Amino acid sequence: MRIYATAGIALKALRRNPMRAMLTTLGIVIGVGAVIAMMEIGAGASTALKKSIASMGANVLVIRPGTASSGGVSFGAGTSTTLTPEDCQAILRECPAIRNGAPMVRARAQVVYGNRNWIPNAIYGTTPAYLDVQDWNILAEGEPFTDRDVLNSNRVCILGQTLARELFEGVSPVGKEIRIQNISFRVIGVLSLKGANMMGHDQDDVILAPWTTIKYRVTGTSLATAQSTGSTSDTVNTLSNLYPAAQPSLYPERSSVQQTDNPMPVRFANIDWIMAAANSSQEIPLAIKQISEVLRERHRIRPEEPEDFNIRDMAELTATLSTTTTLMTNLLLAVAMISLVVGGVGIMNIMLVSVTERTREIGLRMAVGARGRDILRQFLVEAVVLCLTGGAMGIVLGHGGSQLVRLVLGWPVQTSPAAIATAVLVSAGVGIIFGFYPAWKASRLDPIEALRYE
Amino acid sequence: MELITLHGIEKTYQMGDISVPVLKGISLAIRQGELVALTGSSGSGKSTLMNILGCLDRPTAGEYWLEGQETSLLTADERALLRNRKLGFVFQSFNLLARTSAIENVAMPLSYSVEDLSSSETRKRAAEMLGRVGLGDRLNHYPSQLSGGQQQRVAIARALINHPPVLFADEPTGNLDSRTSEEVLQMFEQLNAEDGITIIMVTHDPKVAGHAKQIIRIEDGLIQDDAATDGPTPQTSGDAQ
Ligand SMILES: Nc1ncnc2c1ncn2[C@@H]1O[C@H](COP(=O)(O)OP(=O)(O)O)[C@@H](O)[C@H]1O
Ligand SMILES: [Mg+2]
Repeated sequence: MRIYATAGIALKALRRNPMRAMLTTLGIVIGVGAVIAMMEIGAGASTALKKSIASMGANVLVIRPGTASSGGVSFGAGTSTTLTPEDCQAILRECPAIRNGAPMVRARAQVVYGNRNWIPNAIYGTTPAYLDVQDWNILAEGEPFTDRDVLNSNRVCILGQTLARELFEGVSPVGKEIRIQNISFRVIGVLSLKGANMMGHDQDDVILAPWTTIKYRVTGTSLATAQSTGSTSDTVNTLSNLYPAAQPSLYPERSSVQQTDNPMPVRFANIDWIMAAANSSQEIPLAIKQISEVLRERHRIRPEEPEDFNIRDMAELTATLSTTTTLMTNLLLAVAMISLVVGGVGIMNIMLVSVTERTREIGLRMAVGARGRDILRQFLVEAVVLCLTGGAMGIVLGHGGSQLVRLVLGWPVQTSPAAIATAVLVSAGVGIIFGFYPAWKASRLDPIEALRYE
Repeated sequence: MELITLHGIEKTYQMGDISVPVLKGISLAIRQGELVALTGSSGSGKSTLMNILGCLDRPTAGEYWLEGQETSLLTADERALLRNRKLGFVFQSFNLLARTSAIENVAMPLSYSVEDLSSSETRKRAAEMLGRVGLGDRLNHYPSQLSGGQQQRVAIARALINHPPVLFADEPTGNLDSRTSEEVLQMFEQLNAEDGITIIMVTHDPKVAGHAKQIIRIEDGLIQDDAATDGPTPQTSGDAQ
């Protein structure tokens, strides 16, 4: 007998008692609906999470100088000063997997405006590319500084929201002058609100300025000042009395006013780290390889030697976070699956009742030539049709439910064809698994006894 | 030609430790085109014999030849095929599928036959068969919308849909009043006379048995006498073919 004829018989049998069929399949409807809703909401959550990780810099690579060591004593990561702005430019030029990158210099100092002061979490010296790397292009107010500002070490800065609030108390900071270690900076922009990062650090407690300005004017570790501190022995460092600078100064000492007005750039300017953004999270491994090649060449590191820099990405963090959401989704899915199993038991129960009720029908069908396997197939198909109908309604219900969640709660949801395919397969599977026993029982009936059944 | 031959058929039911012998060695032969009435008192084993003849059950001992084929050794599936192709059944309680139209009831055995029929072909054959039993205008009636006699005629049409050579009827008129009983019996006589279908019916009613050409009496699991009657149809079995 052809399968669609069997399906037709099954449908007819179900139509004979539509209310019961409806109630029987309700378990499957709810189960499949729950599975669909869970999967759609789960997929939406994981996409939203990926997006938010990306906005926090999931594609960002941090390149730090390697470990300096002296006489077998290692000073820890970032202690050697081997990265230069030129390295950053080379990376941008030669690594196709890199979208953008910025050199970074960090300072920590007191910021003063009028009678108010604040020590921000970080004062970053960088280039305008930093905003792009961090996906922070949209400013709340004003404008970002330019590459020309970087070139000229202009004293301009952009404030994070926290600073703007702490120092200006609601007044627009744009155009105002603030002082960082007695050097005045003009505020030209305010960053948009970013909130805490995944470690809980306030990302808005920050000042961005051209790296040249921070490096040469604020941290002041240019060659000239380094030399001058070595030769000025009237300060606290009494060791310089014991061990005076071996070499006499070639040039006359510069006053502090001269130093601030005309900082002497060093030829080999080192930066604290480089931040680079890969084109996509898939290209991160490629980007790491390219950067490592470029830097090895530039730093003249032979293949057998260890690198004098290290590259870190957010992959681990991303993996942890997505594992968490996957875990949650799977947990909810397991609960939904349980309701499917409960629905399956309902199907089995009703199929058993149906087999008992239709014992005479089974006997009759056998008397007119149905074999055991025809009866088995008929009841199995009936259970599967029941489950698939329930599954279809469940898909509609689950989809509707997740759309409702999206509209009412504003949660991100994502329709997934995989979820629908799974639901169809699972409901057919439930039909086969839980329909098998009743169908098998029906197929084993003795035609005479079945015909005589009251 | 002998359509059915039984040789020493025995049937013993096993009820726990006690064995209940119901048929104690039945031998008979039924030729093609016969209209046989199986009679006997209640509990004599008529239905048991009928079930064996209808290949629904297997004898405990003995041989059963149907159209030259020994059937008592066939597997359940082979017997199902045989029932589908060669045997028709009519029951006392009609056994129609409820909430299923007459035409679908009649077409039901076709879904288990080996030949693959299109649904329109199936309907055509079922409608034709209903026309033969005089229900051409009741195709889409449900059993609940039909009288007892009409229901039994639907059951007859269903039994004949695969054109079997033999029709078995176990107390076909047991649930009918005398007028509709007459209707059904006339139907049997007509089918027997016009189509040469061999009909074997069980009855305990002498009036019903009077319609048969041959009466077989069973008493206590054994055949008592095997006598031809002078029923209302004067035709002999030889002429019916
Ligand atoms: N499945 C069974 N198990 C045990 N005994 C049975 C079974 N079927 C029938 N019998 C017995 O066989 C005898 C004959 O029954 P049956 O053939 O139905 O009689 P009837 O001539 O009235 O149709 C009865 O005594 C009945 O109790
Ligand atoms: Mg009986």
